[in-house]
Amino acid sequence: MSIRVTRRGFFKLGAAGVASSSMAMMGFAPEAAAASVRQFKLTHTRETRNICTYCSVGCGVLIYSRGDAAKNAHQQIIHIEGDPDHPVSRGALCPKGAGLLDYVKSPSRLRFPEVREPGTSEWKRISWDEALTRIARHIKTDRDANFVTTDEQGNTVNHWATTGFLAASASSNESGYLTHKVVRSLGMVAFDNQARV
Amino acid sequence: MTNPQNIVRRSATTTTPPRVREEVEEVAKLIDVSKCIGCKACQVACMEWNDIRDEVGIVDGTYNNPTDLTEHSWTVMRFTEHENPAGDLEWLIRKDGCMHCAEPGCLEACPAPGAIVQYANGIVDFDSDKCIGCGYCVTGCPFDIPRISKHDSKSYKCTLCSDRVSVGLEPACVKTCPTGCIEFGSKDAMLIRAAKRVDDLKARGFDQAGIYDPAGVGGTHVMYVLHHADEPGLYAGLPKDPRISPLVGAWKGVTKPLMSAILGITAFAGFIHYVTKGPKEEPADEEVFGAEGEEGYLRDTRGEEAAATVRDPAKEEER
Repeated sequence: MSIRVTRRGFFKLGAAGVASSSMAMMGFAPEAAAASVRQFKLTHTRETRNICTYCSVGCGVLIYSRGDAAKNAHQQIIHIEGDPDHPVSRGALCPKGAGLLDYVKSPSRLRFPEVREPGTSEWKRISWDEALTRIARHIKTDRDANFVTTDEQGNTVNHWATTGFLAASASSNESGYLTHKVVRSLGMVAFDNQARV
Repeated sequence: MTNPQNIVRRSATTTTPPRVREEVEEVAKLIDVSKCIGCKACQVACMEWNDIRDEVGIVDGTYNNPTDLTEHSWTVMRFTEHENPAGDLEWLIRKDGCMHCAEPGCLEACPAPGAIVQYANGIVDFDSDKCIGCGYCVTGCPFDIPRISKHDSKSYKCTLCSDRVSVGLEPACVKTCPTGCIEFGSKDAMLIRAAKRVDDLKARGFDQAGIYDPAGVGGTHVMYVLHHADEPGLYAGLPKDPRISPLVGAWKGVTKPLMSAILGITAFAGFIHYVTKGPKEEPADEEVFGAEGEEGYLRDTRGEEAAATVRDPAKEEER
């Protein structure tokens, strides 16, 4: 579509442009007075406490998600920052913690349990129930086969040395205590956590 | 939520902004360079809060990453390896970014009304919606901070998280800093804090330790504690006595008013000419552009008009 402009019309338009821009230049700017730069983006977001997933320092984080948890609102994490009430970090976060939002949204993040069956090179998605059942089955089978009640001298040891347990870094004292109870009550001796990282 | 009442200065605007609220306390960010470990958490927190992400760059042989401020990186760590007179290596790491000058060169230079504003609390903010991308703010800034985006031709820089400060929070970089190198509070409180840090540094053998709050730009709302305050240039070229470029004064004080006046006089003369002489009589067969091939539009209508004027008196006679 071509716009028809007469020569006279073109000059008129140009003159109007010059006049209005010079008016604006002299302070007669036709503009709304409301000046708003950037609105605060967390006003009605939902705030959830958590602990940073990375290292064993276990800094507290506040996770902000859009939506007020009404049944039709699907929440979405939009911002993560330090938890000022957390005794470990008091609101501070290292560059990894400060960038947690991109960790959550990373396309390469593992989002569900997967299994690589013996002899294959393919990772296969399985359900959480299936994953927990399989792990429980493996634990039971291995423990039944290798649990040692007494050593050569006949001392009671009740230990199980063929399976190990690696716990997470982001554990509070309480969750660390519970993990310890679960693992030791099975007789497991090889037990570590990411606090060494 | 930025209350327009709290804007005390506005670019390219001659009307006086509201000034009755005098009790607004000035805020300041204090960066204690001696405590910075260069972890760049502030860079990450800045990007996360402001919803900007820079592209993955190339290592230039230093720890500077990104190597310079960009429209996506409003703050960067600048690493300097300095060998002091005793022969020891000092690793000077300065968090670079907008200094939020009391007399901002960018705002002085900006020709777009309201594109740069200063709030009563001292924050200098860019309203990018009104930015015309001319780049005068870059010329006007004594610290070389604003960056023009190649994508949208608008200027960007640190806002001192004006959106956070307006609801009573500290800026994102301040909150995340693990070593407590960046602190935030009222300007008075930060000056007291800085003085304490300077005393501490002097006690540790840094005789020239001092506060960087340059008077040439009326003081700043981002201040540094430097171990070598006598040589700020050591810290990746921090200017010793920053001032607004004289070019800005020449443009705003002389050239612009003069040219505006000439434009105004020309327009006025044109108007007077129109009133006294009237409009130029339009020839009927006006040239038309952009309508080739459309016969109806190019048709000479003089004949029809003439016929119409002839017909009218005839009708009157019939009555």
